[in-house]
Amino acid sequence: MAMTGILRPGHVQLRVLDMEESLKHYVEDMGLIETDRDDQGRVYLKCWDEQDKYSVVLEPSDRSGMDHMAFKVATEQDLWRYESNVKNFGIETKRIPAGELNGCGERVRFVAPAGHTFELFAEKEQVGNGISTTNPAPWPRGLKGMEPIRFDHCLFYGNNFEENFKFFTEALEFQLTEQIVDGELQLAAFLTCSTKAHDIAFIRSEEAGQLHHASFLLGSWEGVLKAGDIISMEDIPLETGPTRHGLTRGQTIYFFDPSGNRNEVFAEDSYVYPDSPVLTWTADNVGQAIFYHSRQLVDSFMSVTT
Amino acid sequence: MAFQITIEDTGEQFACSETKHVLAGMQKLGKKGIPVGCRSGGCGVCKVQVLSGEYTSKKMSRDHVSAEEESEGVVLACRVFPTSDITLSVIGHLRKAVTR
Repeated sequence: MAMTGILRPGHVQLRVLDMEESLKHYVEDMGLIETDRDDQGRVYLKCWDEQDKYSVVLEPSDRSGMDHMAFKVATEQDLWRYESNVKNFGIETKRIPAGELNGCGERVRFVAPAGHTFELFAEKEQVGNGISTTNPAPWPRGLKGMEPIRFDHCLFYGNNFEENFKFFTEALEFQLTEQIVDGELQLAAFLTCSTKAHDIAFIRSEEAGQLHHASFLLGSWEGVLKAGDIISMEDIPLETGPTRHGLTRGQTIYFFDPSGNRNEVFAEDSYVYPDSPVLTWTADNVGQAIFYHSRQLVDSFMSVTT
Repeated sequence: MAFQITIEDTGEQFACSETKHVLAGMQKLGKKGIPVGCRSGGCGVCKVQVLSGEYTSKKMSRDHVSAEEESEGVVLACRVFPTSDITLSVIGHLRKAVTR
């Protein structure tokens, strides 16, 4: 097997203020697919081309933001190996029993140095992507909204930046793909556990544990434009885009869910291999690094989180 | 029906219908004065204190507005729909999140 250890973002559990409005947003407008609900009122969603039962869990709450982001590891041995790595780094872990989230095996939960809660799991029920595994069609009929392919990554703002970077690259074995630096000081770190431009990214901040955005992959630039059409048609709060990022070169648009959690949909970003060089953007060019065309930083994009 | 919204801090005034939240009313008329963020009750940057006037409101994140604050007219402008003329003062701000 070419890919081992931590495989991919498995799911993100987002807190929402109003479930009905949130389902209109995530299912009707964005086009995720509802796959389950539980007795805590949580609703489970997936993107069409994911095999696992869900990649987004919406949790009813009186506050916005993220409960946790979970990564899927390849084997049960990996789960216990990473649990040990986390403990050896000096971070407490907690085991969440199988079935606490529907269809998910035992989870290892911990708070990373930047203040965000993460989980690892090895098993999740697979429901398929709606396409036969024999002579498969290229895509299933009847998709809605922006037609996201997969939950791709999250970007976080957090403190204890150096410690957090060390934790992700050493204890969890992530690879640095791109960064923003101000002289010797790292301001942003884009990290992957696979061959993607990022599976997770962190921005240096004074405030701990903040969600900047949860991001979903689309198939094309035309898909990003269509997402912009849907955002205006449905009066969804648009932040910026469609445009291109310098970082990761993704084509992108940003908007907010009905609880103020930021979403991104994007297409056609870059990729890495273990021997790829780290790409560096300098702080004096941060405008172009973030929004390649306008080169203008957007105030809310730099400061609004949940 | 449209009501007059007054931002006490800047003296800025704009009309806002009862079907639009106060922040949308401000933005639609190109007015400024209240910081604009998520426009969905989650980020807290448009926090204001209503000094006078009546309104209805939608749920806002308890990370930014406590139940006690809400009962004293401290709200997020993006969750407030006017039912009379309103005068408010701005509490929220865009914080500088990236630190060096």
